[in-house]
Amino acid sequence: MTRPLSAPLDVGFDYTRSLGPTLGRFLSDLRRRRVTGIRGSDGRVHVPPLEYDPVTAERLSEFVEVAATGVVRGWSWTPEPLEGQPLDRPFAWALIQLDGADTSLLHAVDAGSPEGISTGARVRARWRGDRVGAITDIECFEISDAPADPPAEADDVTMVTTPVNLHYTHSASPTEDPFLRGLMEGRLIAQRCPECEKVYFPPRPACPTDGVPTTDQVDLADRGTITTFCVVNVPFLGQRIPPPYVSAYVLLDGADIPFLHLLLGVAPEDVRMGMRVEAVWKPREEWGPTMQNIDHFKPSGEPDAPFDSYSQHL
Amino acid sequence: MRPAAVVGTGQTHHAAKRLDVSMAGLCREAVDRAMADAGVDWPDIDAVVLGKAPDLFEGVMMPELFLADALGAVGKPLLRVHTAGSVGGSTGNVAASLVQSGVHDRVLAVAFEKQSESNAMWALSVPTPFTMPVHAGAGGYFAPHVRSYIRRAGAPEHVGAMVAAKDRRNGAKNPYAHLKQPDITVESVRASTMLWDPIRYDETCPSSDGACAVVISSEPTSGRAAWIRATAMRTEPTTFAGRDQVNPQAGRDAASALWKQAGITDPLSQVDAAEIYVPFSWFEPMWLENLGFTDVGQGWKLTEAGQTEIGGLLPVNPSGGVLSSNPIGASGLLRFAEAAMQVMGTAGEHQVDGARVALGHAYGGGSQFFAMWVVGSEKP
Repeated sequence: MTRPLSAPLDVGFDYTRSLGPTLGRFLSDLRRRRVTGIRGSDGRVHVPPLEYDPVTAERLSEFVEVAATGVVRGWSWTPEPLEGQPLDRPFAWALIQLDGADTSLLHAVDAGSPEGISTGARVRARWRGDRVGAITDIECFEISDAPADPPAEADDVTMVTTPVNLHYTHSASPTEDPFLRGLMEGRLIAQRCPECEKVYFPPRPACPTDGVPTTDQVDLADRGTITTFCVVNVPFLGQRIPPPYVSAYVLLDGADIPFLHLLLGVAPEDVRMGMRVEAVWKPREEWGPTMQNIDHFKPSGEPDAPFDSYSQHL
Repeated sequence: MRPAAVVGTGQTHHAAKRLDVSMAGLCREAVDRAMADAGVDWPDIDAVVLGKAPDLFEGVMMPELFLADALGAVGKPLLRVHTAGSVGGSTGNVAASLVQSGVHDRVLAVAFEKQSESNAMWALSVPTPFTMPVHAGAGGYFAPHVRSYIRRAGAPEHVGAMVAAKDRRNGAKNPYAHLKQPDITVESVRASTMLWDPIRYDETCPSSDGACAVVISSEPTSGRAAWIRATAMRTEPTTFAGRDQVNPQAGRDAASALWKQAGITDPLSQVDAAEIYVPFSWFEPMWLENLGFTDVGQGWKLTEAGQTEIGGLLPVNPSGGVLSSNPIGASGLLRFAEAAMQVMGTAGEHQVDGARVALGHAYGGGSQFFAMWVVGSEKP
């Protein structure tokens, strides 16, 4: 069996975090080349500072400045750094207990090779030049006995931007695969549930009602009925089609479930539930394994379907 | 099953951007109010249940992990509940079940969303390969089904605007509401921009930062109690052939089980106030029917007659509802908490006089998750 079709799916957003008084103080101080912890109810100094006490759950407020030098308490070697990690060359992730702190901070150590780092080694912060108020203001730690760099002046920060980027490979299911390969030939392949005989387009691995594989293949024509729709007037981040556009549920003739597609060739105010439509395909040379081979649907000019013919699909 | 009651409620001031607090600080604002309302301290809490909507909204995987100390959960059981937009309701029900079952005596339920950390329209419209990218957030998802309701019920176009105007006016009486629009009118709603035809701007919930918390206990702790008379949750797939998207089976089944458990035979006359999850105005008449307050196709008539206003036969969303505040993950627990506040008599300016039995309701996903509870002033 050939591998099902797959395609990249990249999801990314620059999240904007409001810091509040505790994390705000910590990151503002990092901008100043200062490291600030907080004293817990049991006297321990937590670095990074905790907002709430892990013993009593009360809000903590006694900030304590600690050194930007400390001791490696444990480490793990990263031979091949990944996107978004602190260094682009092999490095160690280390738990670092800063001088004056009772807990360890996780950060990178630029140690060159695994032989260059050991538990108990002395390290100091290597500060970034353009500090913005983020944990990455410490570029990394380096193996050194030397004292830390002196503090500098900087304004407070109240927000931090956290980019998150996820790279997936989205695979079609074995059932979708013939459907997608059919689209490459201009065919609309549905499947029928052997129990309830409902025709699913696009096909599913199993009938959602009966839980059995949908095994019978059915070819459908590229025309059908608009069951219901909305007119999208609102622009938004990540939108692929410029508004306004009509997002319509199309029930292909012979299918038992509608799917969403784009309706053009008619003024939005003239679109009706029950309107008969036909597919407008892209030029064949642009076809791929996607429903986007159908550029859009347009009115076919047939009389509207009676309400009773599609009311059970709303 | 032993009786359990809500003995304290708390919520944040909801706003588009609560930039003064972290996620932990936001949750604690609600938690501290709920615990003060209940008159309990951390040693009194046996377990914590946390709810919030999809992690993509804040970009934090498993927020329950880093919130454990802020929620006072160290050394205690901490559960995360996740049922999309209905999660706040499910969180209340899970917490209730832990007390009703006798596993714990007092449970803290917390739900939150900090929508300003990202953009929900973006997060709900991630384009899947091989499909047609016509999705447009929650509004784009629900608008076609609202159109189907209007057609099926033969409802006049102004009913949606009536719901929006009512809920926003109610929100103006709620000190915690995000939107306070005491002067809004049906005409001004109808004049607002059409976003996802047939849903207008003013018929749409805001995007809010906020949190809600309740303390559920086997015994009263403060003298006030909203006794949990019934809970119900039901689920169905997002799509299947013949699915009723307007009046989903899962919602009907949950409501039927709920009324039976609560001993309610005529919800419209036996329920004094309802906090129903209405993120888009037309969902008020749709859920009135789905919940069995009216017959199918008749929900809009109750709204049009003004019977869902405070002072009407069934006040719906006296707090202003989701249309006035929508911290998504918290929105369901806010409905549940507001129902409890009504029967405890702590709803202040938006109190329904003499409310003794109230409904809290939430739905989520593509109208596929339903969670609801009935609370009453009398111990069952």
